[in-house]
Amino acid sequence: MEKLRYERPVIKKLEAGMPNKFGLRTEYTPMTHIDGVAVKDLVKDYGSPLYVISETTIRSTINKAKKAFTTRYPKVQFAWSYKTNYLNAVCNVFHQEGSWAEVVSGFEYEKALRNGVDGKKIIFNGPDKSEADLRKAIENESLIHIDHLDELYTILEITETIDKRPKVAIRVNMDTGTYPVWDRFGFNYENGQAWDALNKIMRSGKLELVGLHCHIGTFMLAASAYAIAAGKLADLAIGIEQKYNHCIKYIDMGGGFASKNTLKGSYLPGSDTNPTFDDFAEAITTALINSNFKNNELPTLILETGRALIDEAGYLIGSVIANKRTSLGKRTTIIDVGVNLLFTAFWYEHKMTPAQPFTHYTETSQVFGPLCMNIDVIRENIDLPLLNKGDQVVISTIGAYNMTQWMQFITLRPNIVMIDTEEKVHLVRENEKLESITDLEKMPEHLKKFDL
Amino acid sequence: MKINKNIAISDTGFVFNPLNGESYSINPIGIEIINMMKEDKSFEDITHTMLTKYTVEDATFEKDYFDFIGILKHHNLIDTNEQA
Repeated sequence: MEKLRYERPVIKKLEAGMPNKFGLRTEYTPMTHIDGVAVKDLVKDYGSPLYVISETTIRSTINKAKKAFTTRYPKVQFAWSYKTNYLNAVCNVFHQEGSWAEVVSGFEYEKALRNGVDGKKIIFNGPDKSEADLRKAIENESLIHIDHLDELYTILEITETIDKRPKVAIRVNMDTGTYPVWDRFGFNYENGQAWDALNKIMRSGKLELVGLHCHIGTFMLAASAYAIAAGKLADLAIGIEQKYNHCIKYIDMGGGFASKNTLKGSYLPGSDTNPTFDDFAEAITTALINSNFKNNELPTLILETGRALIDEAGYLIGSVIANKRTSLGKRTTIIDVGVNLLFTAFWYEHKMTPAQPFTHYTETSQVFGPLCMNIDVIRENIDLPLLNKGDQVVISTIGAYNMTQWMQFITLRPNIVMIDTEEKVHLVRENEKLESITDLEKMPEHLKKFDL
Repeated sequence: MKINKNIAISDTGFVFNPLNGESYSINPIGIEIINMMKEDKSFEDITHTMLTKYTVEDATFEKDYFDFIGILKHHNLIDTNEQA
């Protein structure tokens, strides 16, 4: 006789009438497959933990975003935010979909070049651009977004020794009615820093001012803030035209669109409450179209959205290491995914779904990672079906930042696979070996031997 | 180890403790274990039955069993006076 699936015995106190702050149970069906590929097979072939990226979801998401903007505005260009996920395979899916590259360091700039992106279609943001980085960007006619006056002066110095006219924009920070105001990137709009920088650029005669850029925040939950920012950038652009008879080519609204994740402390899931691409597009394009640009002089709208384009395409499969209880009797489950691999667990309540069948019985649990660190908490409180040691869970909406801000800490980083649009699995980054780490170390001669 | 005599347990897993008015729900495997406890079956007998019926390893079941008993004790559902 075939044995039945085991579920650990559980007793739960019934608290009739007590509202649950953490909401009702959300998981009704197991996530046995990702894009048609069995989770069990993925773990068998590539191990656990395992990052899984859905190419289908990336393509459908970028097309959803493009549709939201291009149906409202005549000239739209997306630029893939490398820092959000700079795996070459991911970048190239976006490049195939027509996105330029948006980079914030010399390292990312090189990555974009190696991926085959034309230098003219690389936007170079960030506060740290070395003289060599800037020189290369000028040679390649990339779009340099100036963050501070020191950078502006370095570019002006370089123009003395190079026969190119750098294409530049300034980064503008401003009050968009949200808190906190992001005022660390670029030049402030309200106190006149932005105009000061623009005047220096225009009067130098050595630089080509091609655009204006802003990056007003991250995980923005108010689309209206973008309308304010777009309006202020439009005012600057129109002011430049009036003062210098110079039309800028683009307005770059940066990134910061919220994904469908749920921030800690939220009562309702992000998938129900966060603004959609249509909400952001409506706010931005309405502000630009309603500004005083002449109808045939609307600048190109550039968007550097990262998180909202890739978060939903990423999954992290983990396995249950153990179940135990805290001193107060609370259920805790330890899985092999720690905050070293899921950095975003610090601020999101990530959705976790068992990958095997389960009954309707649940326990309110804390989920810990495998690190020997108190901070290694994946979920503080989650109503989870009863998981056994060795069971798999799929953590959803993890595609943004976790594969760039991850830490090689205590354990090695695992494989990353991409499932293509025909349900074929491709290894896109190999798991680290001990040598991946130790090969970079050097041992001083006098420390090579010891006796214990 | 015995379940308190005055505890009412339905076949569907609804548990009521008339001493304090608390009620609980138990999953089917929990009910099976409680029913075997009511029949005075030993831990070894219960383990044998469960390992034969379900896909579970000895060590996992032992751990889960004692965790379950601990929670029953915590909720005063076990007559601790009759413990060995």
